[in-house]
This record gives sequence, C-alpha cells and structure tokens, in this order.
Amino acid sequence: MLESVLVANRGEIARRIIATLRRLGIRSVAVYSEADAGLPYVREADEAVLIGPAPPARSYLDAAAILSAARQSGASAVHPGYGFLAENASFAAQVTAAGLIWVGPPPATIEAAGDKIAARNLMAAAGVPVAAGSASPIADEAAAEAEAARIGYPVMIKAAAGGGGIGMSVARDPAALRAGFGTARSRAERFFASPAILLERYMERARHIEVQIIGGADGRVRAVGDRDCSAQRRHQKVAEEAPAPGLSRGLREAMAAAAVAAGEAVGYRGAGTVECLVDEAAGDFVFLEMNTRLQVEHPVTELVTGLDLVEQQLRVAAGQPVSADMAALGPAGAEPHGHAVELRVYAEDPHRFLPSPGLITAWSEPSGPGVRVDAGYEAGNAVTPFYDPLLAKLCAWGPDRAAALDRARAAVDDFVITGPKTNLPFLAELLDDDAFRRGSYDTSVIGRLRS
Amino acid sequence: MTEIRAEMVANVWKVVAAEGDELEDGDTLVILESMKMEIPVLAEGSGKLTRLAVAEGDVIQEGDLIAVIG
Repeated sequence: MLESVLVANRGEIARRIIATLRRLGIRSVAVYSEADAGLPYVREADEAVLIGPAPPARSYLDAAAILSAARQSGASAVHPGYGFLAENASFAAQVTAAGLIWVGPPPATIEAAGDKIAARNLMAAAGVPVAAGSASPIADEAAAEAEAARIGYPVMIKAAAGGGGIGMSVARDPAALRAGFGTARSRAERFFASPAILLERYMERARHIEVQIIGGADGRVRAVGDRDCSAQRRHQKVAEEAPAPGLSRGLREAMAAAAVAAGEAVGYRGAGTVECLVDEAAGDFVFLEMNTRLQVEHPVTELVTGLDLVEQQLRVAAGQPVSADMAALGPAGAEPHGHAVELRVYAEDPHRFLPSPGLITAWSEPSGPGVRVDAGYEAGNAVTPFYDPLLAKLCAWGPDRAAALDRARAAVDDFVITGPKTNLPFLAELLDDDAFRRGSYDTSVIGRLRS
Repeated sequence: MTEIRAEMVANVWKVVAAEGDELEDGDTLVILESMKMEIPVLAEGSGKLTRLAVAEGDVIQEGDLIAVIG
C-alpha cells in the first residue's frame, strides 16, 4: 500500500480523506493556506505544510507550491480531493513526472472527460446515449443561432471546459441565446481559460442521476451504484440521495451498463462518476458529463454499500486489487442496503442563497443512529470569502427512504451553527416539501420552493 | 440620496458604472465575488451616481459603502 499521501485540498474533503488514511495506517500530509491554519483537517493530519496566502491561485491552485510541499514532507502520493486541481490534467502529469503517485485517473483520461465536447463525441462513439448537441465548439452568435435551430429550443449553453454551473444558462429563443452566449463566453475565458462553448438540447423536468464507477488497476471498470442529485440551485447540488428514488430496475441496469461503457471508453482508473439526465416519463436517459474525481456526494453511496470509496481510490493508485466487497459487486453495482440522503450545509442566507462568510461562534453537530456528518469547520473558525460556501455535509441513512428522511429532518434541527447565516432552515423546508418527500421531484424543485 | 452598502464580505470583481452616470432603478453598479459566486450590486432608485467608493480588486466588509446615488 502507499506509504504517505499528501492531500491537495482543504475543509471537509481533506478531513474525510485523512480519516481513511489514518484507518489504513498511511501517513497523511495536509496543505493549507494562511486563511485555513485553524481548520480541523490541518490539526488531524500527521503533518501540515503552509503553501501560501488565502487566494486559491496562490495556494490550493498553485501546483508548484503543492509539489514543493510534497518534496519537503517526503510524501509518496498526492490525493487531490475534488475541485481545485482535481481535474487538471497538467497537474496530474506534473505529479507523476515528480516521481509521485497520482490518486486519480491518468492525465489523458482527465483531458478526454474534461472537454465536454470531446467527451460527448467519445461517448456517442462508445454507444452511450447523448442529447442532441454540438460536435464542435460554436464560433460566434450567428453559428450559435444556426446550431440552436438545428437542435431545437430550449437549449442549454455551456462552457466546454466548465463546471460548477458557471456560465451555464437555458435559452428558449434566439434573443436569450445571443445574450447567454456572450455571458457564457466571458465566464468561460475567465474561469476556465477556454472560450469554447457548446449547445445541448435542454431537457425540461429532467432528473439528474449519476452512476459511481471504479476502474481497477487491472483495467476493469465496475459500476457501484446510482445517486439522485436533482435538488439544485444555480445548477449546484444541494441534496443528494442513494439509490435514486423510483428508478425502475431496467433503467438502473441500463444506466450502470452505460456508465461502465463510458469508463472503458476513456480508460478509467480509480473513482469516477458518470452524470446523466433522466426523462422519467419517457424512461430514457442521456449522458451529461464524466467527473474524474471523488464526488462531493460520495458518502451516500458509502452509506448504502458499506464501501469506503477513498480506500478503493488508494488501492487502485497503489496498483492493488479493489477490496473484496467491491470485487463482489454484480454487473449493475451493489444491491443498495437501505437509503441515504446528503444535505449540503452552506454558509449562505436561506432565502436568497447569497454567501454569508463570518466567524463561527457556536457549532454543534447532530449525532445518532444512521447520522454521518462530514464537516470542514468547528467553533472558532472563520468562514472566509475565498472558498466555496460548503460548511458540512449532513448525511442520514435509514432502512428505507422515509426513515432516512425522518432522521435527516431531526438532524437538521439538531445542527447548531451560529455566526455565518446557513441554509439549514432551507434544508428543513426542502425535507418538508411534499414532492421531495414523495421522491417525485426533478431539477426544478428548489426553483419552485423559491418562486 | 441613497447609500448602497455591502451585504457581506466580498471582493470587488468588476466596476460597471462610473461616477456621473444617470442610473435607472435596478442598473448594475458593481459585481462582487464571494465564495465562488458573482453578486451584482444594483441601483436602488434612479438618479445620478455621485460617488463610487470601491475599485476593482478591493476587499470590502459587510456594511462598507459601495456607492451613493442622488
């Protein structure tokens, strides 16, 4: 197994990875910016290295600073977590070139999946269903109009190199298309250093369902299970659950098979996720994108399978076989044991969802049967405007969906955070919503609660 | 006269309006960035922008003055 791993991330995900490293007896090295010196993950790692000031570009996105921390601490591998440099093929290549092990898929896989246009084309060639959309970048507004007319309105405008919902918008007519195209282009250049834009047919009332895959060191790709991530605001996820409620066995198996085909098409290694849009009424689905990293919402899959996904990542990176329980999975993944839900606790006001940084004056986490909290902060920490607003992930497992939701609802009431405003009151509202309770919701659920 | 103040700690990403501009209610003055999100600050009421108290790249605290209209 690996001897020591540098975790190139912060907050809850760094802490979660460090917990598995400790359990496996692997030495952990944390990196942190000046703004994060007091966070729990820095203390919990075996060693912690300061890599720079608060702005991400000068710390968590600074490849040279992270590689220097790896050398200084004698780490033998780098785990990137999610976000920051996790899906940066050039960073992955630099890690390998420095003689370190990269806990993730090969750079070529990251690159193939990271360009949404190239990924669509690859998936279509591998027989994975894709939505009507662009096969090459859209040059200008006129080309966008012609392409939208071909695809049919409404269309989704996306940055080919994008993520996190940035620059994405839906256009229902040519005027909205022209406006959205300009915005998407400037955002794409600023955030992703690539102006390439694509259009895709927008599916109304779709559900966002994704399949967790693990590519073994031997090249075999397995599906682990599915998650429903339809509850989103500004195209960012707020609540996720596993398994996806109400999915027929036929559709679940077809999606698992497509996810394995998608993984094989790009030579997948380690933990990845194939995101799909599902039209429940029509009983079909299309490929949305492939995420070449551990997902934020991986805990719900762990809760219904009993697997430790970080352990699988580390095993694959070390060239070892996946764990025995992982190897025993059937072709459609694990038969889910019970049901799990994850709620993202954000530092934001619960009405308009505006960011709310500040000093945390009190922090008390819920506990009890089936409750898991992956938290990045504790009382006395400052939530700064430099990073994303995720404070903690509140997860609840139950023998069935209703029990999981009941436990989650009670846990929301028991979670006390004072200082920054949080979306806990909104999460309570979501759990009380009839459509959400019934499991018959789609990506419009939060918009409807806030309209 | 209307004072427009920051609702949260944020970085000033873009200054859209300039002192002397005649503004309509809802016009964008500046765009802030906090926690990976862009937050447009809009004119509350119409009138002349008599003072713009921030520049691109500034870090502003909750309650800091951003602009004065009228």
